Amino acid sequence: MKEGPLAGVRILDFTWAWAGPQGTLLLALLGAEVIKVESRQRLDHARVRSLMTGPVLASPDHSTIFSDLNVGKLGVTLDLTKPRAVEIARRLAGICDVVTANMRPGTLERLGLGYEDLRAVKPDIIMLCSSAVGGTGPERTYVGYAPTFAALGGLSSITGHRNGPPSPLSGAVDLRVGTTCALAVLAALYHHQRTGEGQYVDLSSTEVVSALVGGVFMEYAMNRRVPGRDGNWDRTMSPHNCYPCQPGEGGSIAGEGSQRWVSIAVGSDEEWRALCSVLGEGGLEVDPRFADVVSRWRHREELDDIVSAWTRDRTPDEVTETLQKAGVAAMPVLDGAALAQDPHLRERGALEKVEHPVIGSRLALAPPWRLSDTPAAIRRPSPCLGEHNGYVLGQLLGIPDEEIEELARDGVVA
Amino acid sequence: MIAGPYCTKLLADLGAEVLKIEEPARGDPARKAGPFPQDIPHPERSGLFLYLNTNKLGITLDVATASGRHLLRELLRDADILVEDLPPGRAEALGLSHEALAAAYPQLVVTSITAFGSSGPYRDWRAHHLNLYHGSGHSSFIYQDPREAAKGPVVGGGYIGEYDVGLAAALATLAAVLVRPKTGRGQQVEVTKLEALVALERVDIARFANDPTPIRRPGMVGGLVRCRDGYVVITAVQNRQWQGLMEIMGNPAWAQDEICRDEISRSLHRNEIQPYVEEWAAHYTGEELYRRGQEANVPVGPVRTVAEVMAWEQARQRGFIAEIEHPEAGRLEYLTAAYGFSETPWRAERPAPLLGEHNDEVYCGRLGYSRRDLARLSAAGVI
Repeated sequence: MKEGPLAGVRILDFTWAWAGPQGTLLLALLGAEVIKVESRQRLDHARVRSLMTGPVLASPDHSTIFSDLNVGKLGVTLDLTKPRAVEIARRLAGICDVVTANMRPGTLERLGLGYEDLRAVKPDIIMLCSSAVGGTGPERTYVGYAPTFAALGGLSSITGHRNGPPSPLSGAVDLRVGTTCALAVLAALYHHQRTGEGQYVDLSSTEVVSALVGGVFMEYAMNRRVPGRDGNWDRTMSPHNCYPCQPGEGGSIAGEGSQRWVSIAVGSDEEWRALCSVLGEGGLEVDPRFADVVSRWRHREELDDIVSAWTRDRTPDEVTETLQKAGVAAMPVLDGAALAQDPHLRERGALEKVEHPVIGSRLALAPPWRLSDTPAAIRRPSPCLGEHNGYVLGQLLGIPDEEIEELARDGVVA
Repeated sequence: MIAGPYCTKLLADLGAEVLKIEEPARGDPARKAGPFPQDIPHPERSGLFLYLNTNKLGITLDVATASGRHLLRELLRDADILVEDLPPGRAEALGLSHEALAAAYPQLVVTSITAFGSSGPYRDWRAHHLNLYHGSGHSSFIYQDPREAAKGPVVGGGYIGEYDVGLAAALATLAAVLVRPKTGRGQQVEVTKLEALVALERVDIARFANDPTPIRRPGMVGGLVRCRDGYVVITAVQNRQWQGLMEIMGNPAWAQDEICRDEISRSLHRNEIQPYVEEWAAHYTGEELYRRGQEANVPVGPVRTVAEVMAWEQARQRGFIAEIEHPEAGRLEYLTAAYGFSETPWRAERPAPLLGEHNDEVYCGRLGYSRRDLARLSAAGVI
């Protein structure tokens, strides 16, 4: 297998849950050697249980969610409440380029693994710490999960049906945080490549969310107007909505025979004419209510009724095929079951089989980018707990086997 | 519009010198998108454009003309990265295929952003943000009130999916730049909007790919809850967080019930437990619940409006909001970056460029054209 662009970069990874691990997952896909530090005493809770996958798992190595978020990494166990474990972690930092963590600000410092501690071992270390609202400021100790970041960052307030409650959004918010962490690490690596200098990166998960809708903030900055929720309607386009369709074949999250939807977005006059050519009868194209962009937007509710009446008797696939052929942007609203079967994603290899020693053969998401020369790739499955203690502590740090066994007996490597 | 410009905005904010190429006269469509001060449309005052293009230089160039492509080739000679978001096949038609670019500019990293990629059955489909957001599963994995869910799927606000793509593209581009000293050359980076979005739902999509009929649970106790002045999210997932929540609720008697013993049990009995939490939360404001919760180590977050985020002391003290002066739009507050670098901090080097603002500096100053050449190029519609 060809090397990835980050081949030769080694990362000491203290992150857990979803957001942090997504960041180092991306770096592992890009070829970095990621050493994930865990402990039986403080298991990554993605290993333990989840409201999604159900009750207690057979073992920490059976968690599929953990697996999906930690593909490509190595795993060591260190109980960082023990001074000897901290000492080993420091030595590991000494042979790494990057250290990542997403514990509550202050925790690593208390353990003796803060930036200054690690800089003493490795003066040019890059360290990225992500937290709920950042590692400085009056609220730096505050904690949160994906829905907390979406709420605090303003995204929930602008997502939802008109006059309905805000949306808590999905776990993707955590993955957005992780993706931003990975970008920041690469930027610090670039600076290091040019200057030989390491640095500390302090990332706020809530700020990640706000920055990803930064254009919306300009409305307030300019006009002191507060954007609210408007369902699927757009500021300029119309029709622009999800429309009900015939129930289709196959499973869906909501169950067999449940409501299916198709999204249709019409921006230009050209797209509108294309839509009219399909919807045909009723003289839509000459209807003065829909003559131009402004009148269509003003009459968007009536327009939605007209489009719904047409989509209702068709499947999302039929609507999409017909409209795309005519030059209208339309696409089925896809859920997990449908995406897993999606012919385009299949053909492009978006899902890839990974063999895991405990879970067995499992489909995982392939890297989302294609680099022609140094490809990103899934190079190994997610680590079992402590799977790479021998390689990392023995080979990389040169600790003799007997000593590793002793450390394990003493609960240091555990 | 958003994805490509956000990719290069991230790189510009990180210190790269970004030359933004816009179509002569028309410019980036984001210039027309607004919002505008006092709602008066003006191509130099669009909020979306200003946010996405701060820290860039701006030049005009029409790649559809042979003279424009000649200028582009001259610019590429000294460039490290080319980011383009032309529809599939368009770059090839213009003689800018990856092969041609790799041969002429071996140092160049070429990042292409398309909706569906250069292959696959959807390759030539049209798609706006709405279609891609819903088509990548993002509206399906939300736990919400069944009454809300029945109203149909709803798109993420603020075109967030387009920014997601820009973020993914900046990441891959930077990786390709990093490896260049080792390989001695640039490479091609293909980013598709669909796959960038799908990757953000990896957990749920993999779940269904491996088990078409996974169990459906009622969700956590708490979650989105109404409070006195709006909504908060309460995610007391771990047991000690639940204990913290019970403490600030005054250790109510019902919490002693066996059904409250752990997260799974609480979830299975959500319908019984949830009303207690909702009844309690309704007495307090979002900010009160935020303070009380967080002081007890319970992850509570009020649903904040954009105005509330901009007024948030925590973010302001961290420098997340900065004033930037723009010659046409005036002094405005912008969001900066979610990461603080100790050695290479974010800075506002320059406001978003006016259309063609740096033509002189780039074409004359760097490529050696005269002002009269510029007039010729301009008259011919090239710049």
